Amino acid sequence: MATKTFAGKIIQVNDEGYFLNSSEWNKEIAVEVAKEEGIALTEKHFAVIDFIRDRVQKGEALTIRSVGKSGIIDIKGFYELFPGAPLKKATKIAGVAKPTSCV
Amino acid sequence: MSENNHALKKVSIICAKGSIEDVYAALVMANGAVMEGIETKLFFTFFGLDAITKKQMKKLHTAVLGNPAMRMPGGLPFPSLLGIIPGVEAGVSAMMKSQMEALDIPPVDEFLEMITAGGGEIYACKLAIDMFKLKKEDLSDLVKDIITVGQFYEIAGGEDSQIIFT
Repeated sequence: MATKTFAGKIIQVNDEGYFLNSSEWNKEIAVEVAKEEGIALTEKHFAVIDFIRDRVQKGEALTIRSVGKSGIIDIKGFYELFPGAPLKKATKIAGVAKPTSCV
Repeated sequence: MSENNHALKKVSIICAKGSIEDVYAALVMANGAVMEGIETKLFFTFFGLDAITKKQMKKLHTAVLGNPAMRMPGGLPFPSLLGIIPGVEAGVSAMMKSQMEALDIPPVDEFLEMITAGGGEIYACKLAIDMFKLKKEDLSDLVKDIITVGQFYEIAGGEDSQIIFT
């Protein structure tokens, strides 16, 4: 277990940088995590992040497909917002656990 | 996890068979690579072409005959004699598809869209296309090109690249 400081707050993270307690997250922190990932967050990013946090809190499976069906963004747009590995990056920025889904 | 210097940069996946499980093995591997940010090429040949042929892609089946891993719901062996009854294979295939849907695994056409939306590229094998007398119009619009095996090897090359035959 490790800790990282974002926006002046000490956050417990795992060794890949994912938050251990998603309640420690807030929007200011998200901006700093995103910066580490090379992403400048926009409102669209936050809409996706809210969707992800909501889904994870409800205990529903999180997949690329579910984000694509969220009505917020299509899959192509999701890849554009979080280039490279969108689900991994978006969950890290959203302060939730790394997704375990294969799709 | 620390990043090593030889993380995969490119995977080229070959799908040569047309049953549900063979096609999905290739699609899941390809989509998974795209999700990881790995450059992904997906190459369909021989019976695998069914997965990208407009007429066939929604009608894939799983073999109930000659498939020793086939079992009844509950785990009992699946009698071969049952498999020869018309409609049984279609029923089993429909059941497979509904179980995949429950895990958020999309139908073939949607899966191809997901892969290409993330930057993955889909190719068809020229030799098999000629052999099955197919044309570009018969294939999904998401197929980038019909290529020879030589062209496949050209695009599959590069540092930290792997070729996977499913």
